[in-house]
Amino acid sequence: MEVLLWDGTLSSHDFHVAARAFTENWKQFNPTLPPWIWVPSRLSEQGYLSLEKICIVGSSKEHEQKDVDEEEPEPVDNATLVETSSPQVCYYDFHILYSDSYRVPVLYFRAYCIDGQPLAWDEIEKVLPACSAKVLLESKWTFITQEEHPHLNRPWYKLHPCGTSEWMKLLFLGDESLAKKGVAFEQYLVSWLSVVGQVVGLRIPFEMLNHHKSCN
Amino acid sequence: MDMEAQRFLWEGAIPLQIHLHESEVTTLPSPPPALILAPRIGYLPLLASHLKPYFSSALPPGVDTIWFEYKGLPLKWFIPTGVLFDLLCAEPERPWNLTVHFRGYPGNILIPCEGEDSIKWSFINSLKEAAYIINGNCKNVMNMSQPDQVELWRSVLNGNLEAYQRVSSKLKLGAVGEMNSSSPRSGSNMGEIDVSGQVKPGRVPVRLYVWNVNEDFDELEDAPPIDSWDKLSYINRPVEIQGGGSYFTLHDAVKSLLPDYFVDKSLINAEALTVGGDDEQRVSSEDASDDTRVEEEVETSCDDHIKACYEYEEPEIKLVRIQGIEPKLEIPFSWVANNLMHPEHFLHICVYLKVPQVNNSMS
Repeated sequence: MEVLLWDGTLSSHDFHVAARAFTENWKQFNPTLPPWIWVPSRLSEQGYLSLEKICIVGSSKEHEQKDVDEEEPEPVDNATLVETSSPQVCYYDFHILYSDSYRVPVLYFRAYCIDGQPLAWDEIEKVLPACSAKVLLESKWTFITQEEHPHLNRPWYKLHPCGTSEWMKLLFLGDESLAKKGVAFEQYLVSWLSVVGQVVGLRIPFEMLNHHKSCN
Repeated sequence: MDMEAQRFLWEGAIPLQIHLHESEVTTLPSPPPALILAPRIGYLPLLASHLKPYFSSALPPGVDTIWFEYKGLPLKWFIPTGVLFDLLCAEPERPWNLTVHFRGYPGNILIPCEGEDSIKWSFINSLKEAAYIINGNCKNVMNMSQPDQVELWRSVLNGNLEAYQRVSSKLKLGAVGEMNSSSPRSGSNMGEIDVSGQVKPGRVPVRLYVWNVNEDFDELEDAPPIDSWDKLSYINRPVEIQGGGSYFTLHDAVKSLLPDYFVDKSLINAEALTVGGDDEQRVSSEDASDDTRVEEEVETSCDDHIKACYEYEEPEIKLVRIQGIEPKLEIPFSWVANNLMHPEHFLHICVYLKVPQVNNSMS
């Protein structure tokens, strides 16, 4: 499909294809990190992707600023771990679900301390990158909210997906190699997570994003 | 939309008899239960303004966070009251005996509720989702003016159908199956289907709640109580109405939402014939080794489907309940969608399924 004619969404079958490509890709570029796992659903043929017990060290806002100033070359395996001097250590579980309503992936997450105690929302807020904290202030109810995990029947945090299809289209249009090739769903989740992950401080290695270019 | 049907729904209410949980009673004698008529389209925590003053003198000191339970099951506040009743009371119980708590919010099971604001935004976000399903974007909801947003929510709070229609018509969420949402109504109940029987294709926002009944019972009053949300499956997937002359019933819609239970036999045979050819093409055009595995799995799952099809005994639909009504499964789905939807434009369907034991592996 041509990117120009595409609306930025994908079908549940495409999501499945994208998920497989993404887990393989992730394994290849993040051999030291836990893998994303496909969890089949109890009732329908759909499932979701899961990455659990990821340690993200909370970065205070001042520290983030310093990172930018110093322009340090990033180490090669800096996939998800943001090294900072801040003492707040918490663990994240990330799930990527498919939304049949919006026809895009949706990120669900929860956070807890080292002892397994779930983090309260105000504590998570403190750990979130500065840009997210700002958006949160402006749109408390339409950005990240606590909602029920559709497969687990438990409260999880959810990033609202209503704008996803639009910015995904822009992302594909803006990338010359993607735009030329047509819509490659294998690349969808890497591109998507490169944006969505930033909201919660989950980083994707640059090599992973460029992978599709070398594949051509 | 059929005004008369909508008016009935908006006036629908459930008589509740609400008991304060014994652990929160600090007075003797304990306060008598509160009797209250709860709108079907409303949400339980909105009753707080009546219940708090009623029970406040009996409560221990502390901060109030209201939540409800039915036979030990904490009730999800974001599901409309009428849907909870339809789902959890197999045999309608009147008055419905609920227990209210003001302490000890079960935050591990229920999402937090910060009063009316949480409920309002849950409603607006659902409306946004419905708009996206219907129109492919949610701009009309996002761009709603502040006064309109307030008026829309107020209309739901107060059960004011006229005010609701005034504001919601601006959202341009045309009715399902109508060739042109602005065209005059034919006046018949089946107005969604034009004279030639043609139905416009479209997506209908649906929230489906499925209870897989394992126990055998003949009468609904003998149904065992639902004591855990894990016994229910929740499916949030739009129903796709195909265009053309085909007559699409409520039964078709329910089956389309449960593809694992209701295998479309005509489709399976067609799939079995074409899968092989597709595979060859795709494997040869892409040399990545991953793809081969994907295809293999596709094939195995297809084999499973075919096998399942031969041995398959379809589950029995024991009950389909929408807005307290148990409609005939043969009625056109577009009528159901247009007339029985909730104010956030979702159709909430409760289904009890009796799945044959042989097929346990599928559940």
